[in-house]
Amino acid sequence: MTDEKKASDPRKIKSVRRMKEIMTNYYIGAKTARENGKKVAWITSGGPVEPLIAMDVIPVYPENHGAMIGATKMGVDLCEKAEEMGYSRDLCSYARADIACATINGGPIGGLPEPDFLVCCNNICGTVLKWYEVVARYYNVPLFILDTPFVHGKFTDAAKKYVIQQINEYIEFLENVCGKKADPDRMDEVGRLSVEAQRLWQKVLDAAAHKPAPISAFDAFFHLALIVTLRGTQETVDYYKGLSTEMEERIANNIAMVKNEKYRLLWDNLPVWYRTRWLSEKFASHDACLVADTYTSAWSGVLHLIDEDNFLESMAVAYSSVYINISLDMMIDTLKKMIKKYDADGLVMHSNRSCKPYSLGQYDLSRMVAKQIGIPTLIIEADMVDERSFSESQIETRIDAFMETLKA
Amino acid sequence: MKSILSLFQSIAANPNAHIREAKKKTGKKVVGYFCSYAPDELIHAAGAIPYRIFGTKDDIRLADSHLQSYCCALVRGGLEEALAGRLDFMEGTLFPHTCDSIQRLSDIWRLNTDFKFHIDAVMPVKLNTKSARDYMIDVLSDVKIRLESGLGVTIGKKEIVNSIKDFNRIRTALRTLYEIRSTTPGIFPPSAIHDIMVSGMVMDRGEFADRVEALVEKASATAVDNAGKPGKRIMISGGICSHPDIYGLLAESGGDVVFDDLCTGFRYADGNISTDADPIEAIADRYMARAVCPAKHLSNTARAEGLVDAAKKHHIDGVIFLLLKFCDPHAFDYPYLKQALDDAKIPSLLFEVEDRMPPEGQLRTRFETFTDML
Repeated sequence: MTDEKKASDPRKIKSVRRMKEIMTNYYIGAKTARENGKKVAWITSGGPVEPLIAMDVIPVYPENHGAMIGATKMGVDLCEKAEEMGYSRDLCSYARADIACATINGGPIGGLPEPDFLVCCNNICGTVLKWYEVVARYYNVPLFILDTPFVHGKFTDAAKKYVIQQINEYIEFLENVCGKKADPDRMDEVGRLSVEAQRLWQKVLDAAAHKPAPISAFDAFFHLALIVTLRGTQETVDYYKGLSTEMEERIANNIAMVKNEKYRLLWDNLPVWYRTRWLSEKFASHDACLVADTYTSAWSGVLHLIDEDNFLESMAVAYSSVYINISLDMMIDTLKKMIKKYDADGLVMHSNRSCKPYSLGQYDLSRMVAKQIGIPTLIIEADMVDERSFSESQIETRIDAFMETLKA
Repeated sequence: MKSILSLFQSIAANPNAHIREAKKKTGKKVVGYFCSYAPDELIHAAGAIPYRIFGTKDDIRLADSHLQSYCCALVRGGLEEALAGRLDFMEGTLFPHTCDSIQRLSDIWRLNTDFKFHIDAVMPVKLNTKSARDYMIDVLSDVKIRLESGLGVTIGKKEIVNSIKDFNRIRTALRTLYEIRSTTPGIFPPSAIHDIMVSGMVMDRGEFADRVEALVEKASATAVDNAGKPGKRIMISGGICSHPDIYGLLAESGGDVVFDDLCTGFRYADGNISTDADPIEAIADRYMARAVCPAKHLSNTARAEGLVDAAKKHHIDGVIFLLLKFCDPHAFDYPYLKQALDDAKIPSLLFEVEDRMPPEGQLRTRFETFTDML
């Protein structure tokens, strides 16, 4: 990854160090929550974390943990352990790695801190429902499910009513498990900070529209961590302000993430966590930069639906409409806008065995992109954490062939 | 009894051929659907025949350019049937939300086929709260409206109530057949219940109600001579079963399937619909209460409790998990269900199927080893 570039390298993003500091402190805080009398909630990546922040609960993300397991290449061992426990190899590798990790306190940080309760929002997949049921049984803790109906073309009034009712149930649930009342003023404040952080995050991503791009999708995968885990805090706002300023400076100084950037590509789906560096260098060797992706923009892509004066309710509607919870004909609109905004020459789709809602439909999307915009797509068959599903030689050949067609 | 059973057998063997015939005979329209959370009661109330899509018996070719290989055979096979034009008797399709794969299939289906209408019934995933029930009622009301416009009919309260009555007759009869099989194993040929269930999901429901009630009457009067050699009592748990051959193979290996927890089995037959309440609310209430699918949430432990209770009630010697490869909800539940059976000292066997069955010899060996162990 780019953060491993030499310190003297002007292309290295300076904020990386601050991010590592914040994440380290955050995990130390989470691991010592019990001693400090704080509650820990496990929550899905697309779930509404803001009420947890407002209630002073430490949110912990098994998916972020899964990404760390993947990036540290500890995925195969843990996935195999889950398979020994009876979980099929065809199941999501985040879930497999994480379920196995809990039983041995393994992985890169010796396991996640035990949850006091769980918050599962199915706006990202049906898998999290099953995964969180497993966790709820394992730790014997309460589980709140926020059920966000999938959007086939239009978010219906009935669905809207349903998610708003559930947001009220969510707050009640939190008041019960925390043994205290929610503070509406504090909630408003967290809501404002969340919106501000999402705006700043989008601004960081937008910087890649500049040619050459000062940041790539591979960097965004790294800098994403805070907008997922701690949006709604001042620290996160400050961090993205700094990162955004750094992007402006890079643009002013014409610092490109990929030297000799000639081809601009858009990435679709989750990263291949154990090969981000390899992929980044592989594309860079062809003078290609992955300038943006559909994944990291999920945490700011629905900003236009959020009303700061009615944060909780509008958030429920907005989070139901994230990229992965909408139909293919809605996704193609987003893809087209992104291709235009970042002036992409091609699309790289990670067909991710672990993520069916993200991956099924990619074949149709790639044809729509070819037909409606006229740019080619490369589909890489792999998995986000389980390296056994990654065939380096095959993928290398495909990337080389794809780049040859782009250059032709 | 034999003639009714052979009718069901021929329908289950070739549902497409049956529905073409039925359509011609009755002049009714046909609406396709996936999954047992699609309200076929409303399709029947609209005067159409609800037709459940089970995948394909043919090779998957056309669907390969739309769906990756790590997608289940039901979803890929269903799409293959549609793209190959083998479902051209359908007016439209009703997609309940079910799972991640079905949800994407709905998009791909809508964008690549040209049926007259397409209805997404995005049912709630939670089944244990008032707001989920309210939302389900809203979804069902919307399905009714969209069926009306798709089929060009009006569905009055009376029609829904009459449909519910047919379905209550059907489900009561099906459950009676399950009881009869459990108390007198061997009374039906091994795959008969499978054939009956499949028939019940593709036939005109009025006709099916008459036929299945007639079968109950005949079966109740039939004494069975199974004093010879009763087999081990087996229960099958999983999603859909598209391989009826396994029932015969199991019987030859010394195992009688006497109960199941299948989507195309008892979960469809479970629970009647109240005729005292508002009919749409009553349909919702059955969904909230019936044996639950792993893609839905009733509680963290509802499925294990239901499985162990049923196994005990039916004196099950062993459970076979018949899981469709790439079906995530079932695969996630397997370890804890197995554990619950282990705790109750009920042996189980995991049997994963793709679109094609493993060779017969291999299957026979596995089944024989399992029944010998029981």
